[in-house]
Amino acid sequence: MKQRKLGYFIGKKILKLLCLLIVVCIASFWIVEQSPIDPVRAYIGEMSIQPEQKAKLEEYWGVNTPSHEKFMNWAGNILKGDFGISLIYRMPVTDVMKERFTASIILMASSWLMSGILGFILGIIAGMKNGTLVDKVIKTYCYILIAAPTFWLALIMLLVFSVYLGWFPIGLGIPIGTVADDVTFLDRIHHLILPTITLSLLGVASIAMFTREKLIEVMSSDYILFAKARGERGLGLIMRHGIRNVALPAITLQFLGFSELFGGAVLVEQVFSYPGIGQAAVAAGLRSDVPLLLGIVIVSTIFVFFGNLVADIIYEFIDPRIKQQEMTT
Amino acid sequence: MSTAVLTINKGLSGGLNLRQKTILLISFMSLLLLTIVICSLFINERSLSTDFDSKNLAPSLKHPFGTDWMGRDMFIRTIEGLGLSIMIGAFASLISTLISVILGLFSSVGKIADSFVSWLVDLFLSIPHLLLIILISIGFGGGATGVIIGVALTHWPSLTRVVRAEIKQLKTQEYVHISRNFGKSRWWIATKHILPHLIPKFILGTILMFPHAILHEASITFLGFGLSPHEPAIGIILSESMKYLSAGYWWLAFFPGLSLLIVILAFDMIGENLGKLMNPKKAHD
Repeated sequence: MKQRKLGYFIGKKILKLLCLLIVVCIASFWIVEQSPIDPVRAYIGEMSIQPEQKAKLEEYWGVNTPSHEKFMNWAGNILKGDFGISLIYRMPVTDVMKERFTASIILMASSWLMSGILGFILGIIAGMKNGTLVDKVIKTYCYILIAAPTFWLALIMLLVFSVYLGWFPIGLGIPIGTVADDVTFLDRIHHLILPTITLSLLGVASIAMFTREKLIEVMSSDYILFAKARGERGLGLIMRHGIRNVALPAITLQFLGFSELFGGAVLVEQVFSYPGIGQAAVAAGLRSDVPLLLGIVIVSTIFVFFGNLVADIIYEFIDPRIKQQEMTT
Repeated sequence: MSTAVLTINKGLSGGLNLRQKTILLISFMSLLLLTIVICSLFINERSLSTDFDSKNLAPSLKHPFGTDWMGRDMFIRTIEGLGLSIMIGAFASLISTLISVILGLFSSVGKIADSFVSWLVDLFLSIPHLLLIILISIGFGGGATGVIIGVALTHWPSLTRVVRAEIKQLKTQEYVHISRNFGKSRWWIATKHILPHLIPKFILGTILMFPHAILHEASITFLGFGLSPHEPAIGIILSESMKYLSAGYWWLAFFPGLSLLIVILAFDMIGENLGKLMNPKKAHD
């Protein structure tokens, strides 16, 4: 019964993802197609070339083929798993994305975890001490963080920890002047710490505020009053009745934040010149590398969709309250 | 220090009730933002002229934010950049509000229109926001117009959602049913029963959209899209400052970013307090 429901749910979601991807492909292709930017110019850069070479390139990039035909070619290749050749990296888009996305996933996953845990703890503390000085400090911290420009915070972190204290390198994913094979695991970690901390500091605010509100709401409920009447108090009460009720919504919210996580990663990667997918997206945008940009749009759409899917699954299948509701109806 | 501030606060606002205090706070913040915009409009070219005798100076009384590599006063550049950002933010939020008004009202027409609007909202939320702005700004050929259009066209989904839910809820209200039974026309119900509830939502939505629009505009110019490097936008000032970080010129990055943060906070405070004033249920929070 439950298996069938889950299967049906997943099937529906996969169908939805396919529809979404088709629309995103068409829409983003159409938007880029409207652009007055010349792909041949973007490919050759500032070099000067002969007219016949230019004509050859134009034919190669299909400048003069009609849009719908171009789209069919592009979409057909994507179905075969071929996203085309990146103009700026001069290699297949899939290779660029694979390399960049792995680097980004490490950064995003670690800061996602850190911000989730830290934010949840801060939210619980603030909610527990509702109205006290501790609560006000945490609240102010969150308000300021929400208003802080991501890239500015990254700059300040860079200033303090790299320039003044010299604890961390100023940028890049690996030390300058080393061959890729010589890079040790520790080197990578060393270059990862500061971007991760910056990105997680930003994610803390929303989750902490949410957890705080939710905990206050839970703490004013009848069953808490009853638990208090039974003599439970302090941390035990929060652990047994508060956290269990707050944790699932907070985790769901954290999964829904994938879109913002991606945006934050773009900015942080740019400041720390961390070679991730965000930096590639900016480079592709600035230098009109259309195949790469479209590829990144598609991949990031799947990424965001995945986050929402997990949130939905938690909501539908893991939350015991929803299960109970279904049993009774 | 903090106790002194506290007593001054008490002295200033001791005799006022919460409502008056809120209004005072809103007016103060609005005045601050207005001053920034007006100042930025009246800054002439001369005060931004290059002066290589006084380049890369640390903050002092003469140059509160220091000077940059061309000897330009960073305080004046920051004010001008903030003015530009606020104006772009204002334009973008207005456009986005307009879109959400239209889509929100459209969603109340019928079932198909409603699912179309919610589908459109989902579609816009499915691509990371920053990437969407980049994509749209490229579609419009990049440059300043590309960025402004990109920011303006991407901030409506959340407000549209709020408006759509609000209309749905209002339509189930009893007084709407009674009105319909009395034979009032759809137009009459829309203008007399539904619109008055929506107007505060729109005003608030626009103000709360402001900080997002400004932050996105600053981020996208920081990344190098749009505005030309000669424009004193905050994003450009900060991306320029990156080159001088390792030289230890911290003031180039610190003060402009801090001012941007204060502007964003001011908008957030105005929006939140205005929300308290408009919503009598929340007045005592």
